[in-house]
Amino acid sequence: MRPAFRTLIVAIVAGAVLSACQSPPEPVVVEPVVEPEVVRPAPAAEPTPPPRVDGDGNPVDASGQPLGRTFYFEFDQARLSERDLRVLAMHAEYLRDFRNRRVLIEGHCDERGSREYNLALGQRRGQAVQRYLATAGVRASQIEIVSFGEERPADAGHDESAWSKNRRAVMAYR
Amino acid sequence: MAMSGLIKAIALALILVASVCAQAIEIVISEGWDSPTKIAVVPFGGPPLRDRPGPVPPLNVADIVSFDLMRSGQFDALPSDNMLSLPTTSEEVFFRDWRILGMDYVVIGRAELAPDDRVAVTYSLFDVNSEREIKSTTWTAGTAQLRDIGHWIADEVYEQLTGVRGAFATKIVYVLVENPGTPYASYRLTVADADGERERVVYQSNEPILSPSWSPDGRRLAYVSFETGRSTIVVQEIDTGVRRRVAEYRGINGAPAFSPDGNRLAMSLSRDGNSEIYIKDLTTGELRRVTRRPSAIDTEPSWGPNGDSIIFTSDRGGQPQIYRLDLATSLPERLTFEGDYNARPRLLPNGRHLVYIHRRNRVYHIAWQDLERDVVRVLTETSLDESPSLAPNGMMMIYATQVQGRGILAVVSVDSRVKYNLPSAVGDVREPAWSPFLTVDAQTLAARAAMAR
Repeated sequence: MRPAFRTLIVAIVAGAVLSACQSPPEPVVVEPVVEPEVVRPAPAAEPTPPPRVDGDGNPVDASGQPLGRTFYFEFDQARLSERDLRVLAMHAEYLRDFRNRRVLIEGHCDERGSREYNLALGQRRGQAVQRYLATAGVRASQIEIVSFGEERPADAGHDESAWSKNRRAVMAYR
Repeated sequence: MAMSGLIKAIALALILVASVCAQAIEIVISEGWDSPTKIAVVPFGGPPLRDRPGPVPPLNVADIVSFDLMRSGQFDALPSDNMLSLPTTSEEVFFRDWRILGMDYVVIGRAELAPDDRVAVTYSLFDVNSEREIKSTTWTAGTAQLRDIGHWIADEVYEQLTGVRGAFATKIVYVLVENPGTPYASYRLTVADADGERERVVYQSNEPILSPSWSPDGRRLAYVSFETGRSTIVVQEIDTGVRRRVAEYRGINGAPAFSPDGNRLAMSLSRDGNSEIYIKDLTTGELRRVTRRPSAIDTEPSWGPNGDSIIFTSDRGGQPQIYRLDLATSLPERLTFEGDYNARPRLLPNGRHLVYIHRRNRVYHIAWQDLERDVVRVLTETSLDESPSLAPNGMMMIYATQVQGRGILAVVSVDSRVKYNLPSAVGDVREPAWSPFLTVDAQTLAARAAMAR
């Protein structure tokens, strides 16, 4: 015989739970919050840009379009596609030619799974890009990686369409 | 909520008016054979008391006690409107009244004003069947601590009647995010009572905050902050607000966890290439690497009860699974075998019960595992469930989930019998962590710090 399950629904109107209508308390800020420098591709200071470079000194492809800087990944993977490797080869060529240029590679994940595992996975995605560039002759000092895990989604949605846009590595010239 | 022919629903509304700013919590209790213990917590006698200055309604300690016991799922508290009498002294307790109402136990109490804005609250717990007083205690504290007194009484009653130490007088920490997923996101590291009351922001940033973790004495928090533009680990004293960056190595600095003695911090760093587990001595600054798997992610350490082992997530087998590493021998042992994604383990101080994120049928739930009997139970029915954390008595678990695309906190008992969500007014709430048992002294300090602000 199966146990006779009962279900009790108890609605309790209780006191302000998780700050209902009271104004949030003043935070205890002990150190001033230092606004971190936002990393953006800085306008380059190359004296005479060669043809493979646009007006801002950033790399372009044969048709003059800026090189892709966002590379997407499968779930829980850090493998770059053949197409991405071809684009990265052009970035590597540019970075070999301009040893004063540096790139920041951001690694990102979708929101599924744990935040800390995703922080590590984002790092691994950044490293996949770094490893390819290093193999192609870019100096280690030109490359920096930062993982944001799932903290900075490109699309704030909660479906596969959003997730596929969020599993990415993004290169920023600086 | 699933309904079938076998399941009948009884809806009963209990109104506990605890403050002006009332909000609804729906506690869903699904039970099998066991029925909850019937208890009547009679409104306490004495002058009207307020736990904070200003035009706030009086707070009856009995409401706190009642609400605590109800949330455990193990008690059914009688609404005061249904009581036949409202005794505040033992002479006024007529057991027949309570027997008629089917009560097993009765709690009465009385508050007296004491000098220096203090209050003395005496309560007594009676067994209706034996017509005996089981327990009586007087708690004296500042009026700002009325809620603490309520939780202390609930803890005593709970332990007296269940044999398990109560965890109502504990805290939770979580991250409240306004405008999540936008460039205007703001992150608030927030400490509150275990019932969500007395929320207090302890650190605020425009950059992500994650993985808050309590020190064993409940006085410090370790967490990951992106305040420098990349991940760093910060240790902060809750009462003074004093912060110290303890890990800012190259690469990721994540997943801090205090050792049981509070002197060391386990963490995941990628300074040597990939994510590995390290232990940092907080006094000497000495850093010790404990895992060595060059191609694997090793993260999310959680300490064994004596500080002699680390439980962590690793994808060394191809998918994230949970492992235990003996710190003396460095020998790893895999603990999870069901499912292709098990991560973010949290071990109870008893060293026996483990909760973690578990993917089943492509949905992320929280699983509970008894390491001694090797029993695995899925505790949650929602999706995208993460960040499980157990109450220090191991009876309840808090976790983060999503409802209609918004992050909220939910609580479930480890026998999955009782569930409730903690409502929040704005933004996403995530990354909850339940505090250890707190000494009365630590709570007094916390209340003083809150009053001083």
